[in-house]
Amino acid sequence: MKGSTLIKVASQSILKNKMRTLLTMLGIVIGVGAVIVMVAIGQGAQSQIQNQIDNLGTNLIVITPGSSSSGGVSRGAQTYNRLTIKDADKIKRESLYANAVSPVVWTRTQVIGGNGNWRTSINGVSPDYIVIRNWPLKSGRFFDASEMRAMRRVVVLGHTVAEELFADSDPTGARIQIRNVPVEVIGVLEPKGQTPDGNDQDDVILAPYTSVQTRLSGWSRIFQIMASTPRPGDVPRAQEEIAAIMRESHNLAEWEENDFTVRNQNDLADAAQSTTEVMTLLLAAIASISLLVGGIGIMNIMLVSVTERTREIGIRMAIGARGRDVLTQFLVESIVMSVIGGMIGVALGFGSASIIGRATGWSTAISPETVAIALVFSASVGIFFGFYPARKAARLNPIDALRYE
Amino acid sequence: MANDVVMHTHGVCKVYNMGKTKVHALRGVDLTVRRGEMIAIIGASGSGKSTLMNIIGCLDYPTEGTYHLDGVQVENMTKNQLADIRNQKIGFVFQGFNLLARTSALENVELPLLYDRTGRKMKARTLAREALRRVGLSDRMDHEPSELSGGQQQRVAIARALVSSPAILLADEPTGNLDSKTSVEVLSLFQELNAQGITILIVTHERDIAACADRVIELRDGLVIRDEAVADRRNAAHELTTISVPEAAPPS
Ligand SMILES: Nc1ncnc2c1ncn2[C@@H]1O[C@H](COP(=O)(O)OP(=O)(O)OP(=O)(O)O)[C@@H](O)[C@H]1O
Ligand SMILES: [Mg+2]
Repeated sequence: MKGSTLIKVASQSILKNKMRTLLTMLGIVIGVGAVIVMVAIGQGAQSQIQNQIDNLGTNLIVITPGSSSSGGVSRGAQTYNRLTIKDADKIKRESLYANAVSPVVWTRTQVIGGNGNWRTSINGVSPDYIVIRNWPLKSGRFFDASEMRAMRRVVVLGHTVAEELFADSDPTGARIQIRNVPVEVIGVLEPKGQTPDGNDQDDVILAPYTSVQTRLSGWSRIFQIMASTPRPGDVPRAQEEIAAIMRESHNLAEWEENDFTVRNQNDLADAAQSTTEVMTLLLAAIASISLLVGGIGIMNIMLVSVTERTREIGIRMAIGARGRDVLTQFLVESIVMSVIGGMIGVALGFGSASIIGRATGWSTAISPETVAIALVFSASVGIFFGFYPARKAARLNPIDALRYE
Repeated sequence: MANDVVMHTHGVCKVYNMGKTKVHALRGVDLTVRRGEMIAIIGASGSGKSTLMNIIGCLDYPTEGTYHLDGVQVENMTKNQLADIRNQKIGFVFQGFNLLARTSALENVELPLLYDRTGRKMKARTLAREALRRVGLSDRMDHEPSELSGGQQQRVAIARALVSSPAILLADEPTGNLDSKTSVEVLSLFQELNAQGITILIVTHERDIAACADRVIELRDGLVIRDEAVADRRNAAHELTTISVPEAAPPS
């Protein structure tokens, strides 16, 4: 039979049993819907994490002490720190690709000011830091190079700190005390939200690293050097270049391993991303089980239908239908049912995902690929689970089928 | 006059294997049907009439013997070839009508042409209308079987058997489910079609139905025991005009 005739015959018999068709499709509808919702939540989480990682700063490069082969935390690196201001300055001076470089040191301490006190982390950085982190100011200004060299007692507050200490009023120009050292607040940063692993990035105070080293922590070592390139495509080249500059700066011989690690934002992102990928897969797998159950439902109904319509099959064969005609008829029937069910499931999944997203505040995302995969999958379910009953029908003997009561 | 022969069986046997016992339904049937004949096959219950019909109708294989239909040898054909033979050369009318439920008369009649592999699919609608007109059901084309009387349903079935212009029309007790008046109507239709040149084979229990044919074959225990022309052929159409039972109102 022609394709159009086949579809017509199939939809006729589907329409003749509306209630049964609906119940059969329900299995597929729920299965596909569940897959869509689960994948939407998973992909939503992924894109949220991607956003947060993007928030870390554009084209970020992080240099940490210790070789990557020893996990960056080798004992040697811990006991004898090999990152210095000299390294940072050399990168800043010599790198062609990295346009912003900042050493980073930090310490946690109590601060007093405004309406109360608050325990937070003080990050010592250079003025390049807000360029690297792509972090705009909400009010006031950032400190400049001369203030840094002069070890001025100026700080810029993260959003959370500003709220904790000053509530709604603008702290710019106010004085706070950090470990009994009075400092001046010259600006407040825009909120940046949480890191992928759930830390509040706004719970921070930025200060010239010179001041932090000399007046607060008293340590001379540098924990990290951060850098960034103007263009994303330059990141790999910048990494190579920085590694070379670092080797030179550390006087490493040809045969010596790097005693530092240069990582980019993607390296940082990969770990977090793979976690959520696993989660998405897991959710989708769980949801697929319901699709499987839906498929078994289709097979069940198709088997019942073949038995119930044995006479019809006999009649069709008696007037000249070949086994293959009967096979395709039943196969098309189950495919039409599962694809229509799949489409309703996609629509339902869309709806539920956006409702869940709104109710919980999770971000959800549905890609066209997800929809395509869901539809292809449900058609395959139709073929797979429809084949056995269809073949059973096609193998009937015309005379036995006609005699069937 | 060999080209006059529509079908010919020689030594057709059918054995049903029922586990330990074997049922010999046919024990060597020789039968020749010529074009334009109307033959009645009679015999007691269990004599093998339906078995023979099913073999002639290519719904079943003979255990032994040869069978030629419209110039082709049938007994060794594959399932698909048999399906095509049923589609193109045979029109089968059953006792229980065997129409597709919830499907209009027109669609039922069209059905054989949807499986047609000789290019008549395009004309299915037209041919189906024509066949329904031939059985006098032009005004019932959109009715479903449940909206038709028994006689009308059987006429739809006859139209379906006719639609692909088969070499032979087979009917296994076509009036078995009908009352006597409707039976006469259906028989009159068969006679009319036969008069138009269609070869017809009817299985029946009743001798007065057999009397409508021009040749009667009697089976007993799977063997042909009588094969003779009907001397005084009944004219069903004529009887219809004489027995004046008021026509039942057609169901709406
Ligand atoms: N599928 C089958 N399996 C086993 N035996 C069968 C089968 N079909 C028919 N028979 C046997 O074959 C013999 C002939 O049966 P058939 O149906 O041809 O009789 P019939 O002449 O049509 O009878 P009736 O007038 O009652 O319809 C019977 O003895 C029957 O029991
Ligand atoms: Mg019988």
